[in-house]
Formats: sequence, structure tokens, C-alpha cells
Amino acid sequence: MKPKPMFMSFSRGDVTNFVMLMVIGLAVIPVLIQTDYWYSSILIPWLCLSLAAIGQQIVMGYAGQLALGAAGFMAAGAFALFNLELRVPWVPFPINLMFSGLIAAAFGIIFGLPSLRVRGIYLMVATLASQFFIIWMIDKFGWFKNYDTSGIITAQDIVIFGKEFTTPLEMYLVVLVVVAVLTILAVNMTRGSTGRNWMAVRDMDIAAESMGISLLKTKLQAFAISAFFCGVAGALFAFTYLKSMEPVAFDIKLSFRILFMVILGGLGTIKGAFIGAAFILLFPVALNTLGNELFHGAIDATIISSIELVVFGVLIIVFMIYEPLGMAKMWEGIKQKFKRKPEPSMARVSDSKA
Amino acid sequence: MLDTRSFPIGDPILEVNNISLSFGGVKAITDTSFKVLQHEIKAIIGPNGAGKSSLLNCINGIYKPQEGSIAFKGRKLEKITPKLIAEEGISRTFQNLALFKRMSVLDNILVGRKLHMHANFLSVAFQMPSARTEEQANLERCEEIVEFLEVQDIMHTPVGKLPYGLQKKVELGRALATEAQVLLLDEPMAGMNVEEKREMCRFILKVNDELGTTMVLIEHDMGVVMDISDNVVVLDYGKIIADGPPDEVRANQDVIDAYLGVAHD
Ligand SMILES: Nc1ncnc2c1ncn2[C@@H]1O[C@H](COP(=O)(O)OP(=O)(O)OP(=O)(O)O)[C@@H](O)[C@H]1O
Ligand SMILES: [Mg+2]
Repeated sequence: MKPKPMFMSFSRGDVTNFVMLMVIGLAVIPVLIQTDYWYSSILIPWLCLSLAAIGQQIVMGYAGQLALGAAGFMAAGAFALFNLELRVPWVPFPINLMFSGLIAAAFGIIFGLPSLRVRGIYLMVATLASQFFIIWMIDKFGWFKNYDTSGIITAQDIVIFGKEFTTPLEMYLVVLVVVAVLTILAVNMTRGSTGRNWMAVRDMDIAAESMGISLLKTKLQAFAISAFFCGVAGALFAFTYLKSMEPVAFDIKLSFRILFMVILGGLGTIKGAFIGAAFILLFPVALNTLGNELFHGAIDATIISSIELVVFGVLIIVFMIYEPLGMAKMWEGIKQKFKRKPEPSMARVSDSKA
Repeated sequence: MLDTRSFPIGDPILEVNNISLSFGGVKAITDTSFKVLQHEIKAIIGPNGAGKSSLLNCINGIYKPQEGSIAFKGRKLEKITPKLIAEEGISRTFQNLALFKRMSVLDNILVGRKLHMHANFLSVAFQMPSARTEEQANLERCEEIVEFLEVQDIMHTPVGKLPYGLQKKVELGRALATEAQVLLLDEPMAGMNVEEKREMCRFILKVNDELGTTMVLIEHDMGVVMDISDNVVVLDYGKIIADGPPDEVRANQDVIDAYLGVAHD
């Protein structure tokens, strides 16, 4: 029997973990951490990129569609929110945020269409088009930037029900709540029939179809929901981290970083999205600090960033070969070691008999 | 076979009419017609490459035959795709296993419930009561199948990690979960030992007897075919050379020449 869910699709253990994380996120961290640096440079981008990684996870880890272009959908979400806040400022921020996700989702459907014909590396190339098209569109038509030519467009302040969220801590709390809610929804989907349909299409599309699953609907749905998550992530990223609207921030490099997050974190786990995002985000910081400590600036910053790329490359190859389930799986393994003795497995029972 | 079955064999439920299929120059099936009767177990036999799998693939829409038509429950099917056929109530298993390898046994079987589950992604995301009741009801249904197939101890294992014989069993379970009226089984016992084969036969007979499910199965083991099937179609080089009860087919000289004399597997 599956453990009986206590709340939604969550077991008692899940609920305990979630409540603990939320207490840490909403109470412990705000009390303990007073430096803005932590919020604006680590926690906020981590949460935003984790959300985008969940989007990438849905389309790639769950639905098995090798899509590359998360940053494009993030840009769509960011500029959608900018324009919504600009043109319909009386609509509450949470609703505008949701609509920016929906606009990104519409792009997701359009650019998901190639998945009906091609797969694998060909799909990757086809979805790259979304990346370039969206950025091109934003740059090309002045309307999206409100005809601002200064080059620096500041994002509007976040105001929810009359309350302004402008300090790093306040913004962090907004991001945390949005990410927490969307994470719950993502977990519910991946554990329910929606996620099963995605995974069935991923693992064996012809059998999925023979069970009555529509490949068209399932793939486009995954693309849409994925783009929704990326769109909301991009909007939050622009409004709370960049605090400005710049298409270049959503370039192909960001798409690749999000792809790496999912591969290193582990394909097909929501947890992996968070772990992968933390790693990709923190590793360069750690490398830089280490480089400065050890060599006192004797090593050029460009060399350090090259080292970073090499390490990512090697790690990705190693993970693809030895642990396709990524760091999330390793984490489970570590947890198992620290837990109370596992129940006797079949193998052990037969061992003791022998 | 004594005629004490709860679902006596009835009228034709599935009719294959003059199907021809070729791949480039290779003719896989030539002008083939046969009928499957309601509630019967129909075996399709024939040497390797005779076109048996291709025939099932035509019925379920994976291959598009150049000629011919298929009728289900007396109605000619206009458009045939795997999805539409599933919706008609015809399910199948595959010769080379087509399981969802990274999903658990239970989840694989749950996918078989697809057409019985209607909650959209929003009600799943928000875990609306309708989605939860539906999930629970279908979960229970699948747990029954798990028990029936006696695979409780591996129900949470990813199927990719299971030995071949067990995977075959899970694939049968997934097909059963659909509650289709007709099951197309492509070599459900291939690669199994005698013990496993006997168990598989028991499952097939039991489902046929208790639910009245019509079965079309491809099988190389003549012993099994003679034991469990009501009727046998013999295919050779894409053509039907015999169609009838097992005893009759076994005595047919063409069949003896084409198939029984030939070593197989
Ligand atoms: N997708 C395909 N492309 C090209 N040729 C094919 C294809 N599928 C089947 N064939 C050919 O069609 C013929 C019939 O193949 P099929 O798989 O239907 O035979 P079978 O009776 O199921 O054989 P077996 O007992 O080995 O499973 C063979 O000559 C095979 O090579
Ligand atoms: Mg075959």
C-alpha cells in the first residue's frame, strides 16, 4: 500500500518536512539572517531559478522532451509582468504575476509544437528558436519596453494589497510564498495522473498512446505548464533579483544553466530542481572565493570562470553515466545512511537463511 | 472444452477484412481476413516473420495497411490510431515489451486506467475532491490487479529493474487495467520457463472466464496454443493458411508443412 496521504497528495512525512522548511524559510531565516547580501544575491535568485528548474524538470525530466529555452520563457514572463504592471496597474500583483505565467505558457504551446514531429537533439535545436525569437521580439518592438531607450528599465515596485515589498527581506518572502505554492502544485501534478501521463509519454510513447493517452495533448500540456513555471520564475527574477528589465539577462547561457540544474539535480524529481539550482548558483561563488583565498587574485577571473565550465561539463558527463538520477538520488542515499536501520530487505532475509 | 463457461462464445466482435501491408518492397501481409468471436481466445501462430505482429499492429493503428478494413462490434472503423482503438475498447501488449521503464509496477498499471480517469491537470494540481476520489478508486482497482498477478512485493519497484518474465506479467496487468473488451497479446509467454508459462496461461484463462474478455494472442509454443485457445489462425508468408479449432488446424497438411515441421525458437 502507498502511505495514505494526509494532505493533498502528501504523506505525513511530506507534511512534516514541508512545515519544517516553511518555518525555517518564513521565521528562522528572517530572524537569523540580517545581511541583505544573503537575500538579494543568494536566496532570491536560488528560489527563482529553482522555480524555473521545476519548469525545465516538467518538460524534460517528466515529459521527456529535450527542450532548451527556459530563459526565453522567463523573459516572456518578465516582460509580461512589466507590461501588465505598467498598463493595468490596478490589477492586484498576484493576478498580474499569474497572467505573466499564462502568457509564457502560450509561448510554451507554440514552441512545443515541434515536439509533435521531432525528438531528442532535433527538438533541442527547434526549441532553441523560442529562446531567440522571444528575445528578438522584445528587442525589436519598442512597445514591450514602453519605448524606453535609456537601456535601463527599472522594474516596478511590488505592491500587494497596499503593502509595499521593497526590502530584500520582503521580496524574499514574496518569492518564497510563490515558489512554495507552485512547488506544491507541481508535486501534486507529478504524483497524480497528470504526471503519470507525462512519464508514460517519456518512457514509451507508443505504449502510452495505446493506453489512450493523446501525445499531442500531453506534450503540449507539459510545454505549457513548464513555460508557466518559467514565466513566473522569470517575472520574479526580474522584479526581485535584477530589479530591472533587460533581455540580455535571459540569454542562452541562462537556459543552459537551468538545463544543467536539472541534469545535475536529477531528472524527474522536483527536489532535484532545488538541489541543482543551489549547486549551479553556489559553485561559482565558492570557486571564486576559493580562488581568491588561495591565489590572492593571481589567477584571472576569466580562468576561474573557465574552470567553472570545465567542472560543470565533467560533472554532467559523470552524472549522466553514473547517476542519471542526480544529486537528489545521492541525497536520498545519504539520508538512508543516517536513518534508523532500514527494514530487513528480501535479500537479507534470504541471506540469513543461507 | 466443456461448455460451462460463464461467457459462451458469441458473434464476431472483431473482423479483419482483406488487409494488405507492405514495407517498401516487402509484403508483410497479403489480403488477410479473419474474424474474432466475442469471448473467445484466438491464437495466431506462424513461423518467424510470417506477419503476426504486423497484423496486431494494423489492428491497433501502429501500422497503416495499404488495403483492407477493420470492423469492431459490427461497425467499420473509419479512422484507426492507437488512441482511438484504445477508446473503442481494444488493448494490447507488445512483443518486445513496451513498459514505462522508470515508473513503478503500480504506476505502469495505473496508466492502464487512463481512460477511466478524467480529472484535468488543474484539479490534480489542486487536489480537488473529484481528482482525489478518482485517484483513490483507480488505485484500489490497480491494487486488485497487483494482487491477482501476485506481484505485491514488487509493486513499487521501477519495472526496468525487473527480470523479463515479471515485466511480461506487468504488461499483462497494464492491459488488464484498461478493462478493454478485446486484448491483443503479442507473445505474452515468450522467454518464460514452463512454470511461468503455466502461470500466465492461468491468468489468461481466468480473465477470459471471469470477465469474458476476448483474447487474441500470438504464441509460438504449440502446447500452450492447443491448451488454451478456442480457435487458431495460421499465418505463413503474410497469408492465412488455416483458421479453425486447434485439433483441426493441427491436422491440416498445409500447416504441418509450413509450420509444425519447421523448427522454431
Ligand atoms: N517496421 C517495419 N519495417 C520494415 N519491415 C517490417 C517492419 N515490421 C515488420 N516488418 C517485416 O514484415 C514481416 C513480418 O514481420 P512481423 O514482425 O509481423 O512477423 P512476426 O510473424 O511477428 O514474426 P515473429 O514471430 O518473429 O515475431 C517481416 O519480414 C519483417 O521483416
Ligand atoms: Mg512478432
